[in-house]
Amino acid sequence: MFDFSVVTQWVDQFLRSFMPAEMAVLAELILIGLCLLSGYALIALALIYAERKICAFFQCRIGPDRVGPFGLLQSFADMIKMLIKELIDINHVDRFLFNLAPFVVIIASVLAFGCIPFAKGLQVLDFNVGIFFLIAVSSIGIVGILLAGWASNNKYSLIGAMRSGAQMISYELSIGLSILTMVVFAGTMQLSAIVESQAGGWFIFRGHLPAVIAFVIYLVAGTAETNRGPFDLPEADSELTAGYHTEYSGMHFGFFYLAEYLNMFIVASVATTLFLGGWMPLHMPGWEGFNRVMDHIPSIVWFFGKTAVVIFIIMWFKWTFPRLRIDQLLRLEWRYLLPLNLVNLLLMVVVVVFKLHF
Amino acid sequence: MNLTLFVVVLITAVVLVVAALGIARLVSPRSYNKQKGEAYECGIPTRGGARMQFKAGYYLFAILFLLFDVETVFLFPWAVTIRDLGTGGLVSILFFLLVLILGLAYAWKKGALEWK
Repeated sequence: MFDFSVVTQWVDQFLRSFMPAEMAVLAELILIGLCLLSGYALIALALIYAERKICAFFQCRIGPDRVGPFGLLQSFADMIKMLIKELIDINHVDRFLFNLAPFVVIIASVLAFGCIPFAKGLQVLDFNVGIFFLIAVSSIGIVGILLAGWASNNKYSLIGAMRSGAQMISYELSIGLSILTMVVFAGTMQLSAIVESQAGGWFIFRGHLPAVIAFVIYLVAGTAETNRGPFDLPEADSELTAGYHTEYSGMHFGFFYLAEYLNMFIVASVATTLFLGGWMPLHMPGWEGFNRVMDHIPSIVWFFGKTAVVIFIIMWFKWTFPRLRIDQLLRLEWRYLLPLNLVNLLLMVVVVVFKLHF
Repeated sequence: MNLTLFVVVLITAVVLVVAALGIARLVSPRSYNKQKGEAYECGIPTRGGARMQFKAGYYLFAILFLLFDVETVFLFPWAVTIRDLGTGGLVSILFFLLVLILGLAYAWKKGALEWK
């Protein structure tokens, strides 16, 4: 299987061949930043396009098809339009917090984005507490949303932000506990090590029933965490205009939009990494020829393919289920998912301690 | 090295926001209109500020969240070492979780999980 560290080592040697070591390291760091930035922007634009197309097909429409072939350049055009729109100064906002909020939201999603193992050897941040770090930084986003709602001095924004805060902190628990269940199974928090240990089979297959339950809980909680789908009541357009970003215009709004789609990608890629084997190919025990063919598919294709499937499922939720009320939403989390999650955690511990897994 | 990369990613995020906002401020048009600065609520002049008394239910859920979130922080180190701890680890965490589940049951019984 192709290892991306070959590329990085080649770049390293190439840079060191004509500049001093410190300069080479600096250049590499800048390169990493640029790659991360372009990856971030490209994935967000691709997801916006995918969302619009998939939504259109669910509603028996064609969707964007005028800008570029099949409307592929539509989201680029949207981004340019957002850039050239005026940033309106509202009268009674708390100016400092109002401007700080997009920073917080974007920082949270970029930091989480940096942790994801995209392919073999292609990962920026690989802490030994990786998954814990990822949960920690992605929950900073809640602070950004609350700041945005509070600083806007708008009733819609404040209600949206409060609902969003209540929803996101509630579902944070389910995400944390279902990830914890898989950490029990993996025995490590380092994301690259988690992927490596799935070489013999993906966790969702090897982990028996608890892994499947954890996967379902993770998907539900992840959808709620990104304020999407049936859980989009913080920005319920028919009652709150746009929720916490009502007062944001132009590129300010663009950041919330970008972060929302990127958060969906992060949720999907964490699901891929923890349950579906990350960039590991599908292997069937005993099928030698099949396994060898699967090994020839590059790891980055495996990763993005699996993530795309999870993202499609999350989008499917959105266009299938009606919106929940806030009491139903909180009841689902605190009365069903949380107790189920605690029991599931104990079940997983029993499976691990008594070695019942495959 | 990891810490350096962390700082690089952090700077990348800040650069993304600053650069995009800078470009937007450069190319976007500016026009002044008195109506524009008003809160976008319903069209007629807004009454009162938005920062008023708020439903206490949100705070109740925030406190409950704090409890369970701290619990998760305690559970993570245990989760990594469970294979070495074996049955002893299972029994000790069973007690810990039991106390927490009792707490959740208490909150449930008191109606704290009810949205009224």
